[in-house]
Amino acid sequence: MSAIEVHELKKMFGAFTAVNGVSFTVEDGEIFGLLGPNGAGKTTLIRMLTTLTPPTAGTASVAGHDIVQDADGVRKSMGVIPQAQTSDPELTAEENMVIHAKLYGVPAPVRQELMERLLASVGLEKFRHELVRTFSGGMRRRLEIARGLMHSPKILFLDEPTTGLDPVSRTNVWEMIERLRDQQKLTILLTTHYMDEADKLCDRVAIVDHGDLKALDSPARLKQSIPGHDAVDAEFENAPSGWAEALRGLAEVADVKAHDGVFRLSSHNGPRTIAALMELARESGVVVRRMSVENTTLDDVFLYYTGRGLRDEVGGRRYDVSHLYRH
Amino acid sequence: MKLYRISAFIERDMRKFFRSPALMVASMIFPLVQLIVLGYAFGGKIKGVRLAVVDDDHQAYSRQVIEKLQAIAAGPRTVSLVDYDSLPRAVSDLRTGIVRGVVLIPLGYSRRVQHDDNPRLVFIEDNTDQFLSSSLLGEMQLTVQQIDTPAIQPRLAQQVNLNVVEVYPYIDYIKYLLPGSIAMAIFVVAMIGGGITFIDDKARGLHEGYLVTPIARSELVLGLNLSGAIKGLMAGMVITGIGGLIAGIPRLWDPVRLGYLALVCGAAALTMIAFMFLTMVRVDDPLVPRAIFGVLNTLLFFPSGAIYPIQGFPKWLKWIAVVDPFYYTVHALRNLLLKSVGMAGIYKDLLVLLGMSAGLLAASTLLFKRQL
Repeated sequence: MSAIEVHELKKMFGAFTAVNGVSFTVEDGEIFGLLGPNGAGKTTLIRMLTTLTPPTAGTASVAGHDIVQDADGVRKSMGVIPQAQTSDPELTAEENMVIHAKLYGVPAPVRQELMERLLASVGLEKFRHELVRTFSGGMRRRLEIARGLMHSPKILFLDEPTTGLDPVSRTNVWEMIERLRDQQKLTILLTTHYMDEADKLCDRVAIVDHGDLKALDSPARLKQSIPGHDAVDAEFENAPSGWAEALRGLAEVADVKAHDGVFRLSSHNGPRTIAALMELARESGVVVRRMSVENTTLDDVFLYYTGRGLRDEVGGRRYDVSHLYRH
Repeated sequence: MKLYRISAFIERDMRKFFRSPALMVASMIFPLVQLIVLGYAFGGKIKGVRLAVVDDDHQAYSRQVIEKLQAIAAGPRTVSLVDYDSLPRAVSDLRTGIVRGVVLIPLGYSRRVQHDDNPRLVFIEDNTDQFLSSSLLGEMQLTVQQIDTPAIQPRLAQQVNLNVVEVYPYIDYIKYLLPGSIAMAIFVVAMIGGGITFIDDKARGLHEGYLVTPIARSELVLGLNLSGAIKGLMAGMVITGIGGLIAGIPRLWDPVRLGYLALVCGAAALTMIAFMFLTMVRVDDPLVPRAIFGVLNTLLFFPSGAIYPIQGFPKWLKWIAVVDPFYYTVHALRNLLLKSVGMAGIYKDLLVLLGMSAGLLAASTLLFKRQL
């Protein structure tokens, strides 16, 4: 039995299809990423799996519990860190943890020991008696991740764990997620719209767009799956006519695009293409003014599978009252 | 239903409550200010109202009338007298508000008294102000009654006398108002705790964190409502203490009565928070509870009999009172604070309040959305 099994899961809001019948499985101990722009359906998908929204059609199970028939079973076996900051700013870190554990009926001795261990593992043990409203965004997120583990779940859902965090906090959260997976043998499903996050953290990545699952594999294999996975950019002093065609004939080159005097070569092997290009330039008496090579990123993969980049989110009714609670 | 989940919610809310003194103070200041201002504004005896006297008679019996009026001006000081020569001038001043009533002693008044020929005095009142005119009318009727009473009583009394027995010592208006202020303190806590912070927590996303736990709908609803009721009970008892001291309630610290007061405040708090919770159970916009605060306040406080007896209400307003938890709260608190009756005076109100809260909580549980 896999940790998470999703079969033809679908969600409609009126006539709008947010999730269009997706299927995948997440294996035990895996970090699985749902990668997509805002509005792709990631949050709706995670909300269905975490019993916050009922699906329109299809089935899914979490730790063997059906998300509709046995929602309580799902709730008991998972930890969820929603996108919204759900820790209570008017409580201390410790109180947030303890009250959460009480909701799961974690016995008092276990609670105390677990809380200390988890606060230490997210690096907040020094701040346990501080009110959460004094915390930075990154500290709050780490506290929420620790809180989500207070009932020792085997599966953890993280909805955009680093959105809105500064680069240092992001790195902290990444390290923490990896450490938790290794130490606690957790299965983690996370959503993100950051390509680097998916690349760095996830064993497997599902690319989601317009409610559809466009591709699913490990980051490395996803990058290999698209034609020309390195990009070589070059500018020349005196490129002759037909130069693009000449470049197209070079070793490992899949495609050549020219724009404003910059030639972009899609290559299956960057270094070999560069060597061939230098050779050709020397033979033809063409002077290379500038040259650079970029490895394929998940951005390229994303662009390839969806045909476009990020876009703004529409919908999502949330009122912002945070200004009322700023201290 | 698991008690430990409900108690976890109560613990959370109590910690938050004691950590934000602003909420506590805000919930107490409004009712106390209302008690003091309304209590003293409405409660005072009317004094120094300018009363015009037009004496067209100028004989012995007209002087007797004026002496009686002067006695009122000197004693209870309800009125201060202003002499006028002509009735038209006095009436003109009545219209412009310079005087608030005119007493006319008509020409030939003394002669009619002497001949037992239906003597008459005329009282012209400015009835745009009901409170003033009824108080002046009272004084005038008293004056006429004194004039009518013979100096030497007949041996066989033929008149029917009404003996008035006051069961309780004199009740100031501020004492009469105190139960309403206590109910108001409970209502403000219900409004802020049950309405505003509930919706704000929803809007801030805090609720999402609870919805993913195995907590049941009924546990969430009960946890939030019971913690609100405890807060309301505390606010009610604090205002009972402070307000009781301000209003001068005798034997305020009688422990048995305090016990009954706590019962009523607790039941009232549970009902009001449950009412507020049901009103807000499907609301997401944080502006809504703030916007309807004034409406609910007016709709619940004024028809409750807290400041004016409901016997004076039109039928539709009486119906509001019947379903208004304030009404039962004020009634029970008045029985305890002003009349010192025990359980016998409050058990019906308690039953109604508890019945109402059970119904409201059941409806809230049905309507509460367990999902987003």
